[in-house]
Amino acid sequence: MYLPDFDYYAPESLAEATALLVELGPAAKPLAGGTDILVKMKNGLASPSALVSLKNLTELRDIRWEPGRGLVIGALATHNQIRDSEVVQQHFLSISQAAHQLANNQIRNRGTIGGNLVNAIPSADLPPILIALGASVTMVGPDGARTVPLESFFTGPSCCVIEPEGEILTEIVIPEQDTTGSTYIKFGLRKSGALAVVGVATAVTMDGDVIRKARICLGAVYKVPVLAEEAAKVIEGKTWSDELLEQAGRTAVGCCLPISDIRGSDEYRRDLVRVFTRRALKRAITQGHV
Amino acid sequence: MQAIADKQGVKRYLVDVTVNGDDYSVVVKANTLLVNLLRDEIDLTGTKKGCELGDCGSCTVLLDGKPVDACLVLALEADGCDVITIEGVAQHGELDKLQRSFADNAAIQCGYCTPGMILSAKALLTRNPKPTEPEVRAAISGNLCRCTGYVNIVKAVMAAASGEVTA
Ligand SMILES: Cc1cc2nc3c(=O)[nH]c(=O)nc-3n(C[C@H](O)[C@H](O)[C@H](O)COP(=O)(O)OP(=O)(O)OC[C@H]3O[C@@H](n4cnc5c(N)ncnc54)[C@H](O)[C@@H]3O)c2cc1C
Ligand code: FES
Ligand code: FES
Repeated sequence: MYLPDFDYYAPESLAEATALLVELGPAAKPLAGGTDILVKMKNGLASPSALVSLKNLTELRDIRWEPGRGLVIGALATHNQIRDSEVVQQHFLSISQAAHQLANNQIRNRGTIGGNLVNAIPSADLPPILIALGASVTMVGPDGARTVPLESFFTGPSCCVIEPEGEILTEIVIPEQDTTGSTYIKFGLRKSGALAVVGVATAVTMDGDVIRKARICLGAVYKVPVLAEEAAKVIEGKTWSDELLEQAGRTAVGCCLPISDIRGSDEYRRDLVRVFTRRALKRAITQGHV
Repeated sequence: MQAIADKQGVKRYLVDVTVNGDDYSVVVKANTLLVNLLRDEIDLTGTKKGCELGDCGSCTVLLDGKPVDACLVLALEADGCDVITIEGVAQHGELDKLQRSFADNAAIQCGYCTPGMILSAKALLTRNPKPTEPEVRAAISGNLCRCTGYVNIVKAVMAAASGEVTA
């Protein structure tokens, strides 16, 4: 399997990279780990005129905790780097666990969080947990930087708000927060190297047995990762019980619109949403950030 | 990165890469994949091509010590990097204890997955010399084997780790 022809650039700085992308126009694409774009190019689904490698922008690989701001993950951090990061594990083990469930070991060594977000497939594994935890993303382009909440970043399958002319995703920030628990549960047809049939992430703020706040994000069951706000409303302010969480699961089913494909029928996916919403809530409530 | 264009306007680039301890400078087109650089330019054909889409792991090599699929890495992305292929695992004509263990435990049938399996296992044992069985299975999760059913492969890696094999 061969790749079509393209030009290659490896700029040394972010400013150089954005300038280059502007100069080359929208047919040129940034290259991070290449695990999505090279597959698309091999399958004839993309033929960029040039790839602008981000590999020299080493500052975008950083993962750190900034007091008052939160967990800052550079767009070029790989999935295995996120999984193994002590800072991530210390603050949000659930993000480390989600990264571990993505693809397989070799892909996790190359694939980046930025690529996972910009590629914007509805079944991607990182968006649900990041949205549940209220993450925002920063993009830098020719006109400067802007930050948007991740929940409004995706606009459709393989579509997001990033400007095709010169915008580069630089960092993801998970704000310092009072949530007491969060988790991501993925159902794939195999444990490894399989996309999610359904993925459900939850984040809760508990006050004893009372659920003060809840966020539930569903992956692979709508054109974008979707917040099940109605389901959160059902449980907020109430003392948790298995029956209450089952009710939230049933409500979450009404928040999605899954398709049928080779990985599962829409009906099957709906049932998975009910069960996984219940389980993911219980896990976040009883086990903390896992 | 400096490109050299020929009379037809086709651009080529110089990539410097260390493979199994030897330094190479090779002129490639941008669309050359690392797996093809290794197999076609440097004649190291131990790295296999299966799916070529990142699913099977038969093209696994260590890039700066980490297992990656060489079918999904541009040769140019490996510029300045250190690559280990299956040819670089045996030292001074002596098989590595993992290779010996694969042979001893009948962890090889057709052998097509073996180079990738050994490299994934090698990276694991370097990082974690005494892995548990689930850790071994996770480490080879990106390597498909159509023949063995994995049982003997896992056994071979565990045996190599526990020192049961004398290399
Ligand atoms: C075998 C296999 C299994 C997989 N399994 C899973 C899975 O289980 N779950 C899952 O979620 N994904 C999976 N993937 C998809 C993929 O590995 C991930 O989405 C990965 O995170 C993509 O990151 P990348 O750095 O490789 O992206 P690239 O391929 O380098 O880039 C993807 C797209 O994003 C753009 N881009 C990348 N970085 C930036 C940036 N910083 N700013 C602007 N644009 C950018 C590129 O131009 C390109 O259009 C799998 C892929 C393969 C091949
Ligand atoms: S040939 Fe590279 S993963 Fe299959
Ligand atoms: S031995 Fe044949 S594929 Fe593994």
